[in-house]
Amino acid sequence: MGQLIFRFLVGGLIVSFFAALGDVLKPKSFAGLFGAAPSVGLATLALTSISDGKMYAALEARSMAAAAASFLIYACLCSRLLMRWQWHAAKTTIMALTVWFAVSSALWFAFLK
Amino acid sequence: MLVSLNPSALRQTRWYEYAVRFFFGGAVTVVAGLIAKKYGPTLGGLFLAFPAIFPASATLVEKHEREKKKKAGIFKTRRGRQAAALDAYGAALGAIGLLGFGLIVWMANPRLDSILVLTLATCAWAAVSVFLWRLRKTPFWP
Repeated sequence: MGQLIFRFLVGGLIVSFFAALGDVLKPKSFAGLFGAAPSVGLATLALTSISDGKMYAALEARSMAAAAASFLIYACLCSRLLMRWQWHAAKTTIMALTVWFAVSSALWFAFLK
Repeated sequence: MLVSLNPSALRQTRWYEYAVRFFFGGAVTVVAGLIAKKYGPTLGGLFLAFPAIFPASATLVEKHEREKKKKAGIFKTRRGRQAAALDAYGAALGAIGLLGFGLIVWMANPRLDSILVLTLATCAWAAVSVFLWRLRKTPFWP
């Protein structure tokens, strides 16, 4: 339980740090880079390397690279829908998460399972 | 366009908006760990690149831009969504950097010190993302 709380705090802090960096930077397209910062990855891989070993963390990182490809497709789709179709940001970004799940699952089944 | 820092933008964000991002960040970190424990690191690792706070950030960008226009007396505007679209475009470039981050940790972590690997991978993420942004500052959508 203690380790979970520690993970929660470390994850929350690193994510908030990158999000705040994105808030203060201009222009918007540059600030957007921080929306795909390795915040959850940093927190998890550092803690996992200590608790479960470096090989275990490396396997997580390999899956993370595959999921980053899904993130790329997800973000391109969001940008396209917002710019061309003028959908609301909340609706667009939440609905498009299904695409992230679909692509990530497909990559996992095809290459990582 | 030059990159600039605007610290006063931090005051635009309300305390509960920071709390939401902290909560989602912490929650995804915990969930990724739990899934890895139960189903193995290859499945849990996927959630390290889950767009955890992106929906909240894009929504905030849209909201702040809309409020700015409202203060200027403009009530019907597309500006908020366009700003959110640019934010998403930046995230797409950052995701390519994130892919590089994952590959570096995958290949180097078993051989080198983890702190060094994570530091190098973070620098690589920043370098790739900024390079791509400089290369292509405008979205490629027709």
